[in-house]
Amino acid sequence: MIRTAITLAIFVLSGSAGELAVTHGMKKAGAPQHLAIKEVISFLGRAFSTPWFWVGVPLMAVSFYLLMVLLSWEPISLVIPASALSYVVGTLGAKYILKEDVNGVRWAGVFLVCVGVAIVAAG
Amino acid sequence: MSHERKLRLKTLVMVFVMMVCATTGDSLLKRGMTEIGPVSLNHTGLFQAFRLAMTSATIWFAILFLIGFMLSNMTVLSWADYSYVMPASAVGYAAVTFVGMALLGETVSPRRWIGVALICVGVFLVGQTKPSTSAVAEGAR
Repeated sequence: MIRTAITLAIFVLSGSAGELAVTHGMKKAGAPQHLAIKEVISFLGRAFSTPWFWVGVPLMAVSFYLLMVLLSWEPISLVIPASALSYVVGTLGAKYILKEDVNGVRWAGVFLVCVGVAIVAAG
Repeated sequence: MSHERKLRLKTLVMVFVMMVCATTGDSLLKRGMTEIGPVSLNHTGLFQAFRLAMTSATIWFAILFLIGFMLSNMTVLSWADYSYVMPASAVGYAAVTFVGMALLGETVSPRRWIGVALICVGVFLVGQTKPSTSAVAEGAR
């Protein structure tokens, strides 16, 4: 039980950390001015060359690997709903690390999405 | 159109593209892997599964859609908040439920409907907030 809880925590933390790193990298790369093919391709070139992207990808790979490990230990009806915690952890990271302005309305939305995804994923 | 309205519209279009790509990619992947059949977890079984996957048109289409999801996700995160995009993209769970019911005739349990309703209300609330609030995004635009 403790082994599962610790692995679940590392799975959620590494996944959220990976996504936050990629988000930071995309902000550093700078948004395309328009959604035209040429500009998006130019943006993707900048995006793939930002170090933060390459920090995020291995963290997400670790998270994916741990998901496989968790699924080999516990039933899917426990693992997938528990992974909905990523919504809350990711939002905390966005607020305190990326300095996004997460107001009460957004928190309420994130909480409802988290509970909703947990219920849907539980089947 | 005001800058904020334009930004919101652009963000919602990209979240919609993400949702379509992810849902289609996942569905095609599931179909492709079902066509291949159960994979034996030994050296020969894994090699055989890899060979069959790489020659399956369904799997390649799935990979294309999942690459589309990744690229649209990266693009939208270049201007929008992570705390906006991440919960908003959960609307895919609701879309899969509606598609499953309408097109595939699947039965949806009351519990699942409650979950879908919570996701829809949550996404609606998140949608009421500004798509971009972080200083980094302001600087990059």
